[in-house]
Amino acid sequence: MDIHTSLYEGQHICLAPIDHDKDAEIESKWTHDPEYLRLLDTAPARPLSAWQLKKKYEAIEKSAEEEKNSVYFTIRTRPSESEPAERLVGFVQLQSIEWTNGNGHVRLGIGDPHDRLKGYGTEVLGLILRYAFCELNLYRLTAFIPEYNPAALRLFEKAGFVREVCRRQALNRDGRRWDQYGLGLLRDEWQSAVEKQPAVEQQPSAEQQPTVQNQPATGKQSES
Amino acid sequence: MRLTAEDPAVTAEQFVRSNRDSEYVRLLDNTEARLWSVKKVKEWLEKGFEKETPATFTFSIRILESDRLIGFVGLGGVQWSQGDAWMGIGLGDRQDWGKGYGTDALRVLLRYIFTELNLHRVSLGVFEYNPRALRSYEKAGFRMEGRQRKLYEREGRRWDGIVMGILREEWEQLA
Amino acid sequence: MNSDLFCGELVRLTVEDPRVLAEAFSRWDRDSEYMRLLDSFPALQWSTKKVQEWVEKDQDQLRPDLFMFGIRTRSEDRLIGGISLDGVKWAHGESFLGIGLGDRTCWGNGYGTDAIRVILRYAFTELNLVRVSLDVFEYNPRAIRCYEKAGFVHEGRLRKFLDREGERWDMIFMGILREEWEKTA
Repeated sequence: MDIHTSLYEGQHICLAPIDHDKDAEIESKWTHDPEYLRLLDTAPARPLSAWQLKKKYEAIEKSAEEEKNSVYFTIRTRPSESEPAERLVGFVQLQSIEWTNGNGHVRLGIGDPHDRLKGYGTEVLGLILRYAFCELNLYRLTAFIPEYNPAALRLFEKAGFVREVCRRQALNRDGRRWDQYGLGLLRDEWQSAVEKQPAVEQQPSAEQQPTVQNQPATGKQSES
Repeated sequence: MRLTAEDPAVTAEQFVRSNRDSEYVRLLDNTEARLWSVKKVKEWLEKGFEKETPATFTFSIRILESDRLIGFVGLGGVQWSQGDAWMGIGLGDRQDWGKGYGTDALRVLLRYIFTELNLHRVSLGVFEYNPRALRSYEKAGFRMEGRQRKLYEREGRRWDGIVMGILREEWEQLA
Repeated sequence: MNSDLFCGELVRLTVEDPRVLAEAFSRWDRDSEYMRLLDSFPALQWSTKKVQEWVEKDQDQLRPDLFMFGIRTRSEDRLIGGISLDGVKWAHGESFLGIGLGDRTCWGNGYGTDAIRVILRYAFTELNLVRVSLDVFEYNPRAIRCYEKAGFVHEGRLRKFLDREGERWDMIFMGILREEWEKTA
């Protein structure tokens, strides 16, 4: 990898900016799917109107500009023969970046359940890790994933994340309590894993890649 | 110990004073140590009170006997529907360290959390280089839940962050 | 895990664009019978613009003690009313329920009961509340029956609380506990 290789382009998807006019309607539909919200967040699942999402996008960019401790990308399909226009499929975020400690939280969501079967999660994670370690020069990344999201756990562990923390009974949903896992990945670990990979671009795996969501630790600040 | 709500001027003054002890700050906070003026801190506190969302609760700690203000203890990131929150505590004056004040303040806070806020669990993070705090939390009933490896960097080396938690049923058995 | 959290058999709960919700509320405000069944506040008519301001304020603030939904029919996706959990008291695990079906063609057809079932499931399995409360006017027997069917229990009445059309009416209080709901679900 070098500076001539695109930071943003995977094989089937790319990292892209927010489209304030068009994205809100699409994302509003995703938020009406309780599974999407519950995999993503610990706050009570609540759908958002397009109007609310537009405000949220403004707040995201304002915060990135002023607090400079977060980075947000939309995930879009790359133009192909079957689908010539870019299509919004999700988002990926680095949050709560502590520059002096070189750490941050990573969080990603793919809105449509059908899109979760296409290997996009693996591609996105690959891109964002490279961005975090080779452009932001972070030292480590954290991800918090609920026990009821085994697909995300698999995805992150395949990418090299190590389970470090088990917050026991931290979640209460559907009449029972669940644990929340904290996973971490160090740049050195990521670097050696990447070096071992062949130079050829990875094909998406044929197996199911369901929703890949996680949320940052509520930590020392309130949940967004 | 008793937990109190103070005038922002009082809290700000105490905060700024203890903030000038860099060891204290580095034991307490993961953000880089910085010196803020009383005026600035008072502004933050007042703005914070204006909002007073039901997701944070901060108390000052006063010694029962002398009524001296010695620090703060707080609860943040409350996830009401999950019954979970994160706590933090700081005793600003090193003469107060190692005397059991922290553990006592913690007991008061935990009782408040479990019998007034009716939460199910409390979480906290502590630096691996703060064994005094770690012991204090263990004495208060918190259990180790994991280590976030090399989460922090200070003085040219990396340090783990330790995550601890206590469940209500565990707290109930302590009393 | 339940993936039908916002869906019932006849209706689904939504969060609407403020303009859409405001237009509907403002239109329903003009039905005085509806307003008098819904609200103890003197029946008033508000413009779409005014209602939109209120909806936008709520949606912007995203208060943690208010969960406001629109109700749409599943068959036609028609917006027929609103339902909310308001004044959530988190430390006590309790909240007030409010519902109004502005579309009269839906009255008496089970839409209300269905919407309430959805929001109770939301209250007890996502918000993890311990009880849900409501109040209802004694001159609204259709609503009272609806709440009874959904599992609410009569808890008391404020006698002669309301004054309308020259008569005084009781305000009835009802509540449902999670353990009661779990038996019905």
